[in-house]
Amino acid sequence: MTAEEEKRLYYFMKLTRMFESRVSKLHLQGKILGGVYSGMGQEAITVGVCHGLTKKDLICPLHRDMGAFLVKGIDPKILMAQLYGKKTGLSKGKDSFLHSGDLEYGVLGATSMLASSLPVATGAALKFKIKKEPHVAVAFFGEGASSRGDFHEALNFSGVHKLPVIYVCENNFYAYSTAQSTQMAVENLADRAEGYGFKGTVCSGNDLHAVMKVAGAAIENARSGMGPTLIECKTYRYHGHSEHDQPWYRPEEELVEWESRDPIPRYEIYLQKRKHDLVKLKEEIESQINTILEEAVEFAESSPYPDGSDAMSDLYATLY
Amino acid sequence: MPTTYLKAINEALMETMAGDPNVFVLGEDVAMLGGAFKVTEGLLEKFGADRVIDTPISESLIVGAAIGAAIMGMRPVAEMQFGDFISCAYDQIVNMAATLRYRHGGRAQVPMVIRIPSGAGIHGGLFHSQNTESFFISTPGLKIVTPATAYDAKGLLKTAIMDNDPVLFFEHKYLYRRIQEELPSEPYTVPFGKAVIRRAGVDMTFITYSAALYPSLTAADELQKEDGLNIEVIDLRTLRPLDWETIAQSVKRTNKVMIIHEDRKTGGIGAEISAKISETLFDFLDGPIVRVASEDTHYAFSPPLEEYILPNVNKIKIQAKQLAAY
Repeated sequence: MTAEEEKRLYYFMKLTRMFESRVSKLHLQGKILGGVYSGMGQEAITVGVCHGLTKKDLICPLHRDMGAFLVKGIDPKILMAQLYGKKTGLSKGKDSFLHSGDLEYGVLGATSMLASSLPVATGAALKFKIKKEPHVAVAFFGEGASSRGDFHEALNFSGVHKLPVIYVCENNFYAYSTAQSTQMAVENLADRAEGYGFKGTVCSGNDLHAVMKVAGAAIENARSGMGPTLIECKTYRYHGHSEHDQPWYRPEEELVEWESRDPIPRYEIYLQKRKHDLVKLKEEIESQINTILEEAVEFAESSPYPDGSDAMSDLYATLY
Repeated sequence: MPTTYLKAINEALMETMAGDPNVFVLGEDVAMLGGAFKVTEGLLEKFGADRVIDTPISESLIVGAAIGAAIMGMRPVAEMQFGDFISCAYDQIVNMAATLRYRHGGRAQVPMVIRIPSGAGIHGGLFHSQNTESFFISTPGLKIVTPATAYDAKGLLKTAIMDNDPVLFFEHKYLYRRIQEELPSEPYTVPFGKAVIRRAGVDMTFITYSAALYPSLTAADELQKEDGLNIEVIDLRTLRPLDWETIAQSVKRTNKVMIIHEDRKTGGIGAEISAKISETLFDFLDGPIVRVASEDTHYAFSPPLEEYILPNVNKIKIQAKQLAAY
């Protein structure tokens, strides 16, 4: 990797962490309403996967994948306005949090019916195959979502047609409160790929390099017509399912164990060993991000709310 | 040579696929077999396996993949082998497709058609006979199309495929090979939201759509002969958008309304139309708004049961005579 690339990755890891941290505070202050879902602790997955994608590749992020939106190029100001429910947000106030996207950047918003975006990503990949376009589709989902039939239907179909799609499971071991052992009888969800006729790979979702290596190979496979890959990234969410959730159902020790494997300090060790001046770099990047976040909050707060009657717009291509 | 309702749908697919390389078809047994009803017959030979795709038995995938291709610029036509199976894809339709434009602030769209072979009268039993349009009628973001004639089936499907919103196209199985008509040799389309008056009249309005049009027309003819009643019959053609103008103008003229459909009575579109008429045209009414629809039970198999359940000429006539007496 070039020094610039290494810095870019650090920037997005930090931007995601600091953006989400700010969002949690704004939620506590009552400024962001509705469900707030933190992906804190899982940043290396979205950053590592999306780093290898272009604007024309489609991603279907899940509700706690702030990093995916940011790496794909969505303006933090627009993203913040989206969380505030303002007219300047992605959905113009129509839906909360990350249920929106921008296809200009190849980002599709998820519904709350987790795993529903897997067939959709598969359909986008079908289009790439029919039109012989060199793009890939990526669907992010949690291990809990894999219990739904959409997981099976999507993987089965893309296996048959060798579609350029990558299914990225962010296995954080809990579907809300339900532990993985209660969801499935296998340890590695990636093992299921074999049943669909393609490769499944397990990696540490807290290790940016591991994610990039696995994702890079999957992206290359997809682009060269070799078909789909199921990637399982083992990780941990520091916060509850949503900010309303106090995750008492998880042992304190488990959280501490995973915090000690935090993806950001881990990557900082790498940067140091690659002879970056970490103290200086960290200061620069944090200062840059603080400015971006100030501007984003300022933009969101000064943006207008939609008019009540805007609830009736954007239902159809043309009014009737 | 006259064209059947089924062949008209096939022609719409053929012509639209020939005209636009972004149109493709996917569903269970649609390619090699040409569909369970042969609606997609000949498409594979003409357009190849990239554009005529046999899928596994995966309704949610069929619709989900159609959505994914549609947001990327394709115009997929997905087939539910039987309309009854659409419940397996319900989430993709009402949560994913219907909300997609809305929650992306108008900057994304789903130009997708789902073809839905629907309806009873063919001894299909509980899971091959349902009319499922009322499952979807209250979901904004969807368009609901219900052709009754071969001409409309072709023209409305062409409009549906080129429409930029998700369209549920309810084609009635009973009509597939039972009706036929001469179709124009030049290309044509039928717009959404334009009902058609199939029979002009002044004494009463029948509002109907899809296969229920035929018993409605027969009943109207017989009532003319037997009772001298001159009945207007409106074929809605699309339920969303609904042609309220045509309904209102007719009701203002005739002052008596019956709504006839094969979907079940409770929660069917007739309930909605009836409510709207009573809300906005109450002063024009000379009698109650009457509905003739399938009974509120399942579409039972045995012939006497099915006959009991479905609307028919006699049921319509009995109700119309009572209404005429007001």
